[in-house]
Amino acid sequence: MIKDEKIERHTISVLVDNEAGVLARVIGLFSGRGYNIESLTVAEVDQGEHTSRITVVTTGTPMVIEQIKAQLDRLVPVHKVMDLTVEANAVEREMALVKVAGTGERRVEALRLSDAFRARVIDTTHSSFVFEVTGTPEKIDAFIGLMRPLGLVDVSRTGVVAIARGPEAM
Amino acid sequence: MAAQELTGAEIVIKALVDQGVDTIFGYPGGAVLPIYDALFQQNKIRHILVRHEQGAVHAAEGYARSTGKPGVVLVTSGPGATNAVTGLTDALMDSIPIVCLTGQVATHLIGSDAFQEADTVGITRHCTKHNWLVKSAPELARVMHEAFYVATHGRPGPVVIDIPKDVQFQKAEYTVSPHITHRTYRPKVKGDIEKIKEAVDLIANAKKPMFYTGGGVINSGTVASQLLREFVRLTGYPITSTLMGLGAYPASDKQWLGMLGMHGTYEANNAMHDCDVLINIGARFDDRVTGRLDAFSPGSKKIHVDIDASSINKNVHVDVGIIGDCAHVLEDMLRIWKSKARRPDKAALADWWKQIDLWRERKSLAYKTNDEVIKPQQAIQRLFEMTRGRETYITTEVGQHQMWAAQHFHFDEPNRWMTSGGLGTMGYGMPAAIGAQIAHPDALVVDIAGEASILMNMQELSTAVQFMLPIKIFILNNEYMGMVRQWQQLLHEGRYSHSYSDSLPDFVKLAEAYGATGIRAEKPSELDAALKKMIETPGPVMFDCRVDQLENCYPMIPSGAAHNEMILGDDTDGASVSEEGKMLV
Ligand SMILES: Cc1cc2nc3c(=O)[nH]c(=O)nc-3n(C[C@H](O)[C@H](O)[C@H](O)COP(=O)(O)OP(=O)(O)OC[C@H]3O[C@@H](n4cnc5c(N)ncnc54)[C@H](O)[C@@H]3O)c2cc1C
Ligand SMILES: Cc1ncc(C[n+]2csc(CCOP(=O)(O)OP(=O)(O)O)c2C)c(N)n1
Ligand SMILES: [Mg+2]
Repeated sequence: MIKDEKIERHTISVLVDNEAGVLARVIGLFSGRGYNIESLTVAEVDQGEHTSRITVVTTGTPMVIEQIKAQLDRLVPVHKVMDLTVEANAVEREMALVKVAGTGERRVEALRLSDAFRARVIDTTHSSFVFEVTGTPEKIDAFIGLMRPLGLVDVSRTGVVAIARGPEAM
Repeated sequence: MAAQELTGAEIVIKALVDQGVDTIFGYPGGAVLPIYDALFQQNKIRHILVRHEQGAVHAAEGYARSTGKPGVVLVTSGPGATNAVTGLTDALMDSIPIVCLTGQVATHLIGSDAFQEADTVGITRHCTKHNWLVKSAPELARVMHEAFYVATHGRPGPVVIDIPKDVQFQKAEYTVSPHITHRTYRPKVKGDIEKIKEAVDLIANAKKPMFYTGGGVINSGTVASQLLREFVRLTGYPITSTLMGLGAYPASDKQWLGMLGMHGTYEANNAMHDCDVLINIGARFDDRVTGRLDAFSPGSKKIHVDIDASSINKNVHVDVGIIGDCAHVLEDMLRIWKSKARRPDKAALADWWKQIDLWRERKSLAYKTNDEVIKPQQAIQRLFEMTRGRETYITTEVGQHQMWAAQHFHFDEPNRWMTSGGLGTMGYGMPAAIGAQIAHPDALVVDIAGEASILMNMQELSTAVQFMLPIKIFILNNEYMGMVRQWQQLLHEGRYSHSYSDSLPDFVKLAEAYGATGIRAEKPSELDAALKKMIETPGPVMFDCRVDQLENCYPMIPSGAAHNEMILGDDTDGASVSEEGKMLV
């Protein structure tokens, strides 16, 4: 493979039959072929049809991205693969739970900043908060960065979910 | 009327029969006893008892590749399944349709480290096209038929169905028909017609065209070979093929340039390098074929026909990628070519052939014989000449002998040549010969072997004897892992680290110990009579053909080199491998 092409970041949606081992197949494909996974989310989206939607954010040269899509598409339980980065004008969101511990001035500052990020407080003690924050991965990165000097102790992130704008289904 | 209830084991057998299966290759064990019991009580399916589960899969591959039908394997849980893994990986790499049934511990024991439990679907996920763990008998018939569908449609490959022992006993109705439409897997066989038109335009306007065909034509079936022949003859263009595609186009034809790639002919590789339009039909730009990628056919427009979208633009960027089945696409190409009354550029083509003929004159496959030692190439050439006109199937092991077989045994028909190309599995040849012989009981089936490779699945000679399969094992015995030795000579200054075949058995006595016939030839003068004896002796024969120990396989494109930088047999002084090339295999 010619390696001097630039690296791109793509968000890919994969609609799969929700059968045993399907996630292992997708993850195994990435690890076995040496592709990158920046984030991966999965959940059943149609209980009647037993389909799940996997959203994977990956990086690679254009040729590698094309390979990743073709490789995903040929997995037997895959219904559809969509590259939201090129095929659609998509919206992307991620959610994070962010725990910040501290008292006094730092605690006040954390609460003030969370407001600017429209983060919600979902748990509180005299010495800690758990914030729920939603947005693009960059926004969450920024929020976590700001919380770090204010007593950040724990982070749990969902990874990116994404969907195309407009009326069409995937 | 409600369908009759069958046990899981009976469902397995019924589904196999409904799929038209006549033969399965297997080895019993605790976790498949119910299926073996059901096999015992029927007479529609023949079971070939192998001596090692790897052998079962290779035999099924030989059966599949020589017939175009899927090969079927039955093995037990745990060690039975893990022994099958090499064969499954081999079939995956070479796109061979295999349905492998594995026994599993009872469902309630899964995950408890039960006796002979292995996570078979986990282990085989990476070496199958798809696999299933069947948790209840009512799903079994559907999964069986789905498995055959997946193995044989699109790009063929191996599949595994893991069946817990309790499911084999459980009763269920058998209702499913063998013809299914799959929920998600529906590969495209018709190519995009606009792209095909674009391809035909490129082909028609070429000045220095080249057909490069591969295993996909064989996978597609005999119709694809026929259409390929028609199209290539209509154009008058030169054609080469990969190791996996040999036989799709007749080697006796004047437009045939021989195999390309690492051990391909001078004319095929040079034509690949210099052509202006490259027409890839069912080949996958493998690294044995392309050599150094940035120097691969640098000036050509490239057309690629492949049923698997992931093969297109994987290693080499192409100008026109057509996703579809070879036969379907060739049919459309021919139709469009004819309807537009296309004519190749006669003058340009004449010049191109003049150039190709100059390369041909280099006679890159030539070798020198003498009275003292048999040359391995000579042994294969004589085998070829002495079996001409017969229905002959050739399998190989892996190594120099494999490449010499590809170079010096010429195939005019598809499905006559079975070799482990992608994985390069030593030990493939004898079980594959068994599978081919089962499918073609009256044909001559020869495993062209090396003395090292043959020892890897030697136990299968017992299978051949038991089932009275008259396979011929033609060992080119150079007392070396010759291919390894050749690389050590070229890359490691002749330090032959552990590549000498020490303490070899006496192959003649070994054959006899198995109840087969053993033959030996040591001098060129003995070769023909010994070959005649091998061909004419009924039953399995093992022929220990002593050949030149230090012969190298040429031409050779060293790793990391370009097509026009190949080493030829008579100028090996110039042979050198770049530091970068040494990193490659
Ligand atoms: C020691 C050694 C040396 C070797 N040296 C060489 C060498 O010098 N030259 C050489 O050529 N090989 C050589 N090989 C073999 C090599 O490793 C590859 O196995 C081989 O080149 C691949 O052949 P192929 O491109 O035809 O692809 P295959 O592996 O046969 O793949 C077939 C392709 O066709 C596609 N396909 C399948 N079915 C269809 C269909 N119905 N319609 C359309 N497309 C379809 C598949 O998707 C795939 O892309 C060597 C192997 C060994 C072990
Ligand atoms: C299972 C396996 N192990 C190791 C190799 C590496 N290998 C490739 S060719 C070869 C030597 C084969 O020797 P032999 O069968 O005598 O054939 P020759 O090259 O001498 O004709 C080896 C060890 C392989 N291809 N397969
Ligand atoms: Mg040898």
